[in-house]
Amino acid sequence: MLDKSYESVMARKNSIMKNSIQIDYDEFESEGIAFDYEKMMAEAGYALDEMVDIQSKLGVGDTPIVELTNLTKLARKYAPSGKGARIFIKDEAANASGSFKDRRATISVYHAKKLGYKGVVTATSGNYGAAVAAHAAKLGLKCIVVQECFDSKGVGQPEIVEKARKCEALGAEVVQLTVGPELFYKFLLLIEETGYFNASLYTPFGIAGIETLGAEIVQQFDEKIGRQPDVVVATNAGGGNLTGTARGMRLAGNKSTQIVGASVDLSGLHMASDTDFNRKSFTTGHTGFGVPFTTGPDRSDVPRSAARPLRYMDRYVLVNQGEVFFITEALANLEGLEKGPAGNTSLAAAFALAQEMDKEQIILVQETEYTGAGKSVQPQLSFARDNGINVTFGDPGDEVPGKSIILPSTPEQISVKELDLGYLRKSFVKNATKGLDRELSAKELEFLADETGSSVSNVKKIIAEL
Amino acid sequence: MAKKGDWVKIHSTILTADQRAPQVPEDTKMVPLEMWVKGYLEVDGKINDLVEIRTVTGRKETGVLVEISPTYTHSFGEFIPEILEIDRIVQKELYGGE
Repeated sequence: MLDKSYESVMARKNSIMKNSIQIDYDEFESEGIAFDYEKMMAEAGYALDEMVDIQSKLGVGDTPIVELTNLTKLARKYAPSGKGARIFIKDEAANASGSFKDRRATISVYHAKKLGYKGVVTATSGNYGAAVAAHAAKLGLKCIVVQECFDSKGVGQPEIVEKARKCEALGAEVVQLTVGPELFYKFLLLIEETGYFNASLYTPFGIAGIETLGAEIVQQFDEKIGRQPDVVVATNAGGGNLTGTARGMRLAGNKSTQIVGASVDLSGLHMASDTDFNRKSFTTGHTGFGVPFTTGPDRSDVPRSAARPLRYMDRYVLVNQGEVFFITEALANLEGLEKGPAGNTSLAAAFALAQEMDKEQIILVQETEYTGAGKSVQPQLSFARDNGINVTFGDPGDEVPGKSIILPSTPEQISVKELDLGYLRKSFVKNATKGLDRELSAKELEFLADETGSSVSNVKKIIAEL
Repeated sequence: MAKKGDWVKIHSTILTADQRAPQVPEDTKMVPLEMWVKGYLEVDGKINDLVEIRTVTGRKETGVLVEISPTYTHSFGEFIPEILEIDRIVQKELYGGE
């Protein structure tokens, strides 16, 4: 009988992980802090056309791109003369379970089935749970979704409660926990008990699955619009969305489009805090995940995360909760597209960024997500108000996460806050070299240059300043 | 009273407050890590009884029976007048309020 205490389970986490993904991550370690990212993606991933085939059989992919003509017109009203790029959106809510997460889940679940697993387990409070549940249902696998859902008073985040309903509708078992990183402990126990596959968001399958999104963007813009977007904005949390999209675009031959990450600014709120848990109105797409995962991707539930957004990010911008709720309502009211708020984080950013760009240029928001009870502007603002958050019109720049949600008094006030890439790179290098008391080898320096999307000389400069 | 085979929700404590991981913030450290799971009752039982259930994946879990025939109660919340105001603002900005 195995010891099920917290300490014992955490101590055997590596062997539990190995049995549940069958990837020997040691194979990809190269030298010191460095590992071979492309080798990992190539050996454990799938080819693009293979993934397109898997996904199309599961009702995933080939989602429409829609030009947001009215929002573009509105943005141009506030833009300097000659400015105001055409804004497009890729309607990923059209995927089987209602979000781009279907792309990640299809490949993970397909792989689990191929390896002969009887079921899959995933730790997620987001749309990914529903996506895993959907494809497990179709492929005849059992599915367990572990959610961080409630605070210590038993009050659930409406968005997460809705996702639990959806997972159950798709035949999954949902295990709901209160706030805390020890969710991972229960997750390991479940994997060990069931012998199921770990359908982590961060395996090569989980990231490669999104490459089809990037490739589709390139193909659709070529065929339908006749030119590539100048900017693609991706909502950034764990980094997979941005990483997979950028990789897919490159695979399809587009190396020039600027890739912008966007997150909701929740600075000041602690992600593992019981009291802060229900004081936030976004459970994903925010800085609480976005910043730590960008500057230290290997904090996920696998030894080496395949989501490494700093490699691909040209710019990282923040928007406020109030701005995202406002643009979500505007998308419904002016464009006839009612979508979930979290996925519209990048839309709020794009509305502001379009105003910096020339009229002839194109900016693409690369996702939407499904909406419903618990998971739309009204229930989320209602929940915020119930939790003592001051919801009001004003200058969104005055918003204090956990205290207020400030809806812009006019769309003109929607703006982005720049997160300095130099700061993020420095923070990445600091995390990667923590506790290291020696000179880095040439290979390690090159690795850090790739990881930070910069150069060896820049990494050397950062290290000298640390 | 619930009968064997009824669909129920149970509650259990995964970690007590003093067993919590060292990295959790102070407020979280003061409360236990709790869990809720749904499944079919393995034996007859009533609210607050310690019972065993079988989940849809066939797993067994033990916990305190907290709900019989659990359903979903999340909703669209209370009326938020600001949403109508957003509509009015964007319509006026784009179409001049006509």
